[in-house]
Amino acid sequence: MRGRRHLQVVVLAAAVAGVQLATLAAGKGFFLTQLTMSAYATLVALGLSLLMGYAGQVSLGQAGFFAIGGYTSAVLTTLDLGGHRGRPLWAAAERLGLLAERPDLFGGATLSVAPWAAGVAAVLLGAAVAFSLGVPVLRLRGHYLAMATLAFGTIVSSIVVGTQAFGAADGISGVPPLVLAPGLRVGGGAADRVENYYLAWGLVALAMLLLSNLIHSRAGRALGAIHGAEDAAAAMGVDTGRMKQKTFVLAGVMATVAGVLLTHYNGGIGPSEASVMKSVRTVAVVAVGGMGSLWGTLAASAVLNFLSLRGYFGAYDDAVFGGILVAVMLFSPDGILRGDLGALASRLAARRKSPGEEA
Amino acid sequence: MALLEVDGLSKRFGGVRAVHGVSFRVEKGAVKGVIGPNGAGKTTLFDLLSGFRAPDEGAVRLRGRRIDGRAPHEIAALGLSRTFQNLKLFSHMTVLENVMVGRHTRSRGGFLSGMLSLPGARRQERRIEAAALEAMDFLGISALAGSAAGSLSYGQQRGVELARALAAEPELLLLDEPAAGLNMRETADLARLIGRIRGRGTTVLIVEHDMSLVMGTCDEVVVLCFGEKIADAAPQVVQRDPDVVRVYLGE
Repeated sequence: MRGRRHLQVVVLAAAVAGVQLATLAAGKGFFLTQLTMSAYATLVALGLSLLMGYAGQVSLGQAGFFAIGGYTSAVLTTLDLGGHRGRPLWAAAERLGLLAERPDLFGGATLSVAPWAAGVAAVLLGAAVAFSLGVPVLRLRGHYLAMATLAFGTIVSSIVVGTQAFGAADGISGVPPLVLAPGLRVGGGAADRVENYYLAWGLVALAMLLLSNLIHSRAGRALGAIHGAEDAAAAMGVDTGRMKQKTFVLAGVMATVAGVLLTHYNGGIGPSEASVMKSVRTVAVVAVGGMGSLWGTLAASAVLNFLSLRGYFGAYDDAVFGGILVAVMLFSPDGILRGDLGALASRLAARRKSPGEEA
Repeated sequence: MALLEVDGLSKRFGGVRAVHGVSFRVEKGAVKGVIGPNGAGKTTLFDLLSGFRAPDEGAVRLRGRRIDGRAPHEIAALGLSRTFQNLKLFSHMTVLENVMVGRHTRSRGGFLSGMLSLPGARRQERRIEAAALEAMDFLGISALAGSAAGSLSYGQQRGVELARALAAEPELLLLDEPAAGLNMRETADLARLIGRIRGRGTTVLIVEHDMSLVMGTCDEVVVLCFGEKIADAAPQVVQRDPDVVRVYLGE
């Protein structure tokens, strides 16, 4: 089992390298930009796949966590702290490397929070929000949980659009690259394109490895049990509240990390990233991939997000994702990429034979 | 000290006294039954014992420790395992996975050890699987290991639920109407099975509608009527009790 899981991740790594070489051969190196962006969207989707597909807890607020990550990082790294320079506390922070200078528009230099420190702060904030939101909302089930998380997403979205410090409708630009190691930085420069592509998909591969290990462990089975019959899971000794809370925080943190990294990659973030429609997209991607199938989610997310980012859906972008969600729910609630087309065919056949009967 | 001691347990739902001042004991190693007509409070009593509802009054002690009002997962960890009247399987999981969840209280390991798949976690995984297979073997359902739980027949699902509860190696096993939906032959099989479960040293408390099962397998029977206990004795004694006869057969 474990060997097979690790082999799958190796296949993923090979596919990632294959796609890069193909874009190189075809002279379409610029495709890597959208592929990198879809990797970060995939990270959000994988977190939701665990939360929704395995643990059975719906969230319509993942874009909220993404936005918390992105905006925290963007605000902190674009602050102008020059006025505080020289004060003892700030001097100490600068010595610790928490602050960094960067060139401003006029050839001078402004002092802001260093990207790594901003990223860490963003992830901690995302985790804290997920934790404190999880306590009340995870008592709710089904539609009520969906509504509560939708409300959270809406609140984040309105705060972002309505606050001048967050750039209101313009968002925040001029976010510096995040330097992870000498020669490796998360940023949108053409010279960094290939590295960033591998970095983003490497993170996805790591997430796949950890999550697929998780779902085949004691904790993962407990999540499946909560999904299947929460009462029975509790009767078997599963602390259902705690398990749901942990999963919610994990999914929230994954979305926050994706928000931080994509914001540094893009050099900025806008309010559309926080919109509820982004959360719905993530739900659609997980639904297409098959609730409870990490690999299905990965495939659906990579393809749909890439197509969307390349603009193939044109003005119908949101409508395409909404339409997909409705279609999946109507015709194949278990997803269409479950790798189980035989079962789908037999179910369709059975439905035809006995109209009006529950499958 | 009895394994389970129930003292003056009461639960009201609005104006309805679902369980009222019920007290009884279950000795270690015994098989005890709880019977009563529909609406007598049997299932509410089970929910109070297993933590799914908190009593308004009274106490429940397992091995002398108060468990009333505790959460179900805490009570499970103290050695009480239960089945449900209307089966509650994890239908999208395989039979083996269902039974492996039953090992939850007998194993350790959270998110981190699961994600990292550390050697210790892997060894434990094998132990969980072995224990689950053993429980399935005991019930003769090993052949179903790879099937989706939701695809099984009703009788098979009952078996899986029982295997899941037994995998926890509980001190006290609560069976909520285990004979519901079974035919006479299956009920007879179930009675033999309960005997074998007791043979493993597990104490059993059965809520049951089917008199034949209770009369044949239980050492003692508690009879509930409108939430109150009207008898608590050996099956032969209870059968002749005029109050019980009146409740079951009418005047």
